[in-house]
Formats: sequence, structure tokens, C-alpha cells
Amino acid sequence: MTGVDRTAPPSGGAAGPGHTPVVDAPPGASLGSRLAHRFRATGARRELQAALIALLASIAIGSLLMLIAGKAPGHIWWAMITRTASDPYSLGQVLYKATALVLTGLSVSIALDAGLFNIGAEGQLTAGVLGCAMVGAALPPATPAVIAIPICVLAAAAAGALVGGLIGVLRVTRGAHEVITSIMLNAIVSGFALYLGNRVIFRGGTTRGGAIADGAQLPQLGFGGSSANAAILIAILAAAAVWWLRAQTTWGQAWRAVGESPAAARTTGTSVGRVQIVVMIGSGALAGLAACNFVMGHKHAFEEGLGRGTGILGISAALLGRMHPIGIVVAALVIGFLQAGGLAVADLVPKELTEMLLGVVVLAVAAAGPYVRRAEARA
Amino acid sequence: MSSVLGMIFTLGFATQVLRIAVPYALAAMGGAVTERSGVVDLALEAKLLFGAFTAAAVGHATGSAYLGVLGGMAAGLLVAAVQIGCSLWLGADQVIVGVALNVLALGGTRFLLQLLFGEGANSPPSPSFGSSVVGNPIVWLTIVATIAVPFALRRTRWGVRLRAAGDRPDALVAVGVSPLRARLAAGLVGGALAGAGGAQLSLAVGGFSADMSSGRGYIALAMVILSGWRPAWAVLACLGVAFAESLNILFQVTNVEISHELAALLPYLTTLAVLVIAGGARRPPPRSLGQV
Repeated sequence: MTGVDRTAPPSGGAAGPGHTPVVDAPPGASLGSRLAHRFRATGARRELQAALIALLASIAIGSLLMLIAGKAPGHIWWAMITRTASDPYSLGQVLYKATALVLTGLSVSIALDAGLFNIGAEGQLTAGVLGCAMVGAALPPATPAVIAIPICVLAAAAAGALVGGLIGVLRVTRGAHEVITSIMLNAIVSGFALYLGNRVIFRGGTTRGGAIADGAQLPQLGFGGSSANAAILIAILAAAAVWWLRAQTTWGQAWRAVGESPAAARTTGTSVGRVQIVVMIGSGALAGLAACNFVMGHKHAFEEGLGRGTGILGISAALLGRMHPIGIVVAALVIGFLQAGGLAVADLVPKELTEMLLGVVVLAVAAAGPYVRRAEARA
Repeated sequence: MSSVLGMIFTLGFATQVLRIAVPYALAAMGGAVTERSGVVDLALEAKLLFGAFTAAAVGHATGSAYLGVLGGMAAGLLVAAVQIGCSLWLGADQVIVGVALNVLALGGTRFLLQLLFGEGANSPPSPSFGSSVVGNPIVWLTIVATIAVPFALRRTRWGVRLRAAGDRPDALVAVGVSPLRARLAAGLVGGALAGAGGAQLSLAVGGFSADMSSGRGYIALAMVILSGWRPAWAVLACLGVAFAESLNILFQVTNVEISHELAALLPYLTTLAVLVIAGGARRPPPRSLGQV
């Protein structure tokens, strides 16, 4: 598999004078392993320092954008915080968005942990939406919740796992680069969903399918009629499970060892290919589970474009959260706050400003880490 | 079906393939140049999107599509400058910078639409090259670049240095050339090429609409990897994608009994099939790709 790694082993040391690598990734590490190295949490103080710098930089750039839009930044920031914090509906929306982002963020992070860059959470989520909604709608209307909910949750996870697993299998058996296959599968799954929608699912000229069984609907959490729902439990459980697997089991050790250095893992007897396939199945399942939030918790049916963008934002959540489950939960809340907060001040600044800010935040976080490390190295 | 075959071998179909291929091909060549210097170029989508927006905005303001093209190229160049500044100067990871810039471009172009034109989704009309191929400078740029970029990579000082920066940066340092400068020179040219590709998106239809690049940058990057980082082969792969897209349009026009949703997936399915059969990229990537 080394032949398809985007970074072939440098013969004679690619890092010449003046090019000391910022991190200690082993030579010949794959793209994913490098990311794994660079983004794995390395020390609480350093992480907090980096986060603080990133936050200040983002606020500065955001303020600049507000000035360009002809608004007073202080006023907007204050309004964004107070309006979101004092309005139960906005708070609920933060939770609703964060629920899905935790799951897609975990999906991206476990793949990265194993040295695979899964851009395909988007397609895996769409597959989950399709699977969850179709199974839910096919259930008899009187199905009790104890049966309907597990079936729909499993359907969402299985559909996502199918797409994720395919990426893993193609990578391991055919050496197909996972970045390309996941980009292609994102397009293929969304096109296939549209095809199925137009042929079988959509009802009467709409882009909405039949409703899922009543028993499969997850209870709302209230919050002023917001979309926050019980799927948040799935997200919390998933984060806990990933934390436990990663930190406490030999399984987690094997998958992180594969991410650190596939060659080293192989010499210790780990079947690298099998680990990569299983991790991609898990990664796909996590992204698929995010569908529960949208289908079972909110829309109760298949809708064209439901959950779109959550997979790509999941990459941001995983990286902002430094690939640590707790970090990802915090990152998902931050992104959710920016999205909901942007809508809360939509009368003051265009909501596109906060969408743009999302990119700025990721950029700032990516740049702040190396900055802190360099500052430390100098000291 | 025979009528479809007849329609493929027409000048109109060929020019349509060419028009559709231009944004892919320019983005892929830009991506190949940037990646050969050792910088992962996931920001192609951002360059296309900002290029398309700026081309339409400049075209609308000046009334000249030609100035629009220059505006698009400048926008691509600017995105590349930010990309290189963040990843090489500040030391942020190249992949993350790419993803972040794509997110930023999606929100940023819509923010600018709102700010400049008070519109949420579409820019006011700009001049357009329409369906003309001969009168479209971007098509000519693509043709010239397809020949010039591989030549420049092989024969010019710029090309030799950028390839050295991608494969053996230590060797470059040894002869007293900064790999950083070589990468900047590569990235800016790559950005301008991708920006021109973006200009074709908006100037072909006479206006910008939100998210009009719709994943083309990612597809172009896939073609770069598929072609083993060789720009001319990447252009060929992009022509394949454009052919599949044009075929789909043809199927719709001629009412061939085939689902247009599935036919639209042809380029992606083909790429996937090629990958499965060929088993990944045959050629190794630039040695220091993503390691700086």
C-alpha cells in the first residue's frame, strides 16, 4: 500500500537544512498519519494557548469583516452572544446543529486516527438519511417505539457503513486513494439519492418522501420549539464510545498504531488492511448515524438535500477538536453556535458573514498550533 | 440510439465538450503545478469559486469580459497567496488550509454578493462569451497552457526549481535556492490558472451564482492524482469528464430512455471504475508533497 501513499518515503531525507519539520511524523508517513501527528492533542496548556490565539485572531478578522459591512463589531458580537444565550430557540438550534456535527466529526477523526483522510462523511451521511427514511417509512404505522427506533438507527448506521466500508475495501484491495474515492462517492450517493427520490420516494411533485412511522420519531427536547431532539443522546454515546475504544482498548491501540506508522504496526503483527477496513466501516456508520438527528428527530421523512454540508463541516469539527472526542464535542458546539448565532443577528449583518467566519476559525486554529509550538521551541 | 451517435460526431458537440472541459482543465493544471512543488492543493474549489465571482463582478462593473478574465485570474492568485502564506509561512497544515479556504470561499462569495449587490444567490448579469469557442480567450488560454505548462515544467528554470522543491528540497537548498520561493512561484501561477477556470464558469453564462463551482475543484484534484501529477494527462482526463457531462446533456435533449440523474453520475462512476481497474495512481506523488 505504500505505493499509493501520497508521500513516498524520502530517500536521503526530504527535510533539508532550514526545513526542520514542525512535527515528528516518521519518514514516509502517509497523509493521514501526518495529520494524525499534527492534530493529536499534545498537552493541555499548549492546546489552550493555541485555542486562545485562534479565538482572538478569529474575532479580529470577524470584526474586520463587520467593519467592511459597515457595522460596529462590538455591538454585533454582543448581540450574537446575548441573543443566542437568552433565546431558548437559538440555544436549541445550537444543540441540533452540534448533534450532527459531533457524529460527522467523530467519523472523520477515527479515520484520521487510522491514517485515512475520509472526506466522504458527506456521502455517508446522505446514505444514512436515505436508509433511515426509507426503512422508517416502510415500517407499519403502528410499530411501537422500542422496535422502530432501534431499527431506524441501525438502518442509518448500516447505510453509512456500507459507503464507508466500500472506500476502505477499495483502498486496501485496489490501492485506490481514499480522497478520490470518497469525493466520487459523495457525488454518486447524492445523485443516486436524487434518482431514488424522483422514482420512488418523493410524493406528489414535492422533494419530500413519505413520513416515517410515528414510533420511529425521536422526542423533541423543547427549547422554544427548536429542532433539538433526543438524537443528542446518540451523539453523546458515540463520543463516549470512541473515547473508550481509543483510550482503553487494544483495538484502539491497533487502529492508532496503524495511523502512526503502518509499517511498524505490520511488524507487530497487526493486519493493517483489516484495521483500515473496519475503521472505515465505523467511520461510515458514525456519519450515517447523524441522519437520525435530521430524519428521526426533525423532518420525519426523506427530503432532498437534508443534512447537506454537515459532512464537510465535520472535517472542520474533527480538526478544531484536535481529533479528541471531547474536543470534537466542544468544536461542534462552537460551530453550532456560529451557525445559530449568525441567524440570530441576521437583521444586523448578512448571515453569510458567519458562514465565512467558519472558514476563518478553521484557518486560525490550523495556524495557531504550529505558532505556539514554534514559540515554545524558541523559548 | 443511432441519432445520438450521429450527434456526437458534430462540431457543436465537440465545442460543447471543450467549453465544459475548460474549468476542469485549468483547475487541474493549476493543481498539478502547485502539487508538483510540494504543496497539497485542496483549495482548487476556492480558487474556482472566487475566480468565478470576481470575473462576474469585474465584468459587470467594467462591461468587459476580457477584464473579467483578468479579475478571475487575480482572485485565484490571491487565494493561492493566502494558501501559501498560511501553510508555508505560518506553518498550518496544507490539507486543513485547503478545506478551510473552501468553506471560506462558499461563505465569502455569498457575503460579497450580499455586500456588493444586495443579492443572496445571483450576481447581476455580466458580459458573456456565450457558446463561442473561437472568440473565447479562456479557451485559447487553456490550449496554450496545455502545451506550455508541461514544457515549462520540463525546460524552464521556473519548472526545474519547482519540481526540485517538490521532490528534493534539500538539493535546492544545497544550490542556494529557497524552496519556499519556488513554491510561491508555482502556487501563484497555479492559482491564476485555476482562477481563469473559475472565470469560464461565470463568463460562459454571463453571471455568478452561489456555489456554481459545485465540486469541480475536487474532481479536478482527483484527475491530477489520477494522471500521476502530469498536467497534459490531467487535461486529457478532464476532457473525459467533460465528454461524459456533454453526453448526459445530449441524452436529455434527445430523450434517450435513460435516467438523467444516473447519467449525471457518469464522470464519477468512470473515475471510480478507472481507479478500481488501474488500482490507484501508478506514478508516485512528488516526494515532499504535504511535508513542508
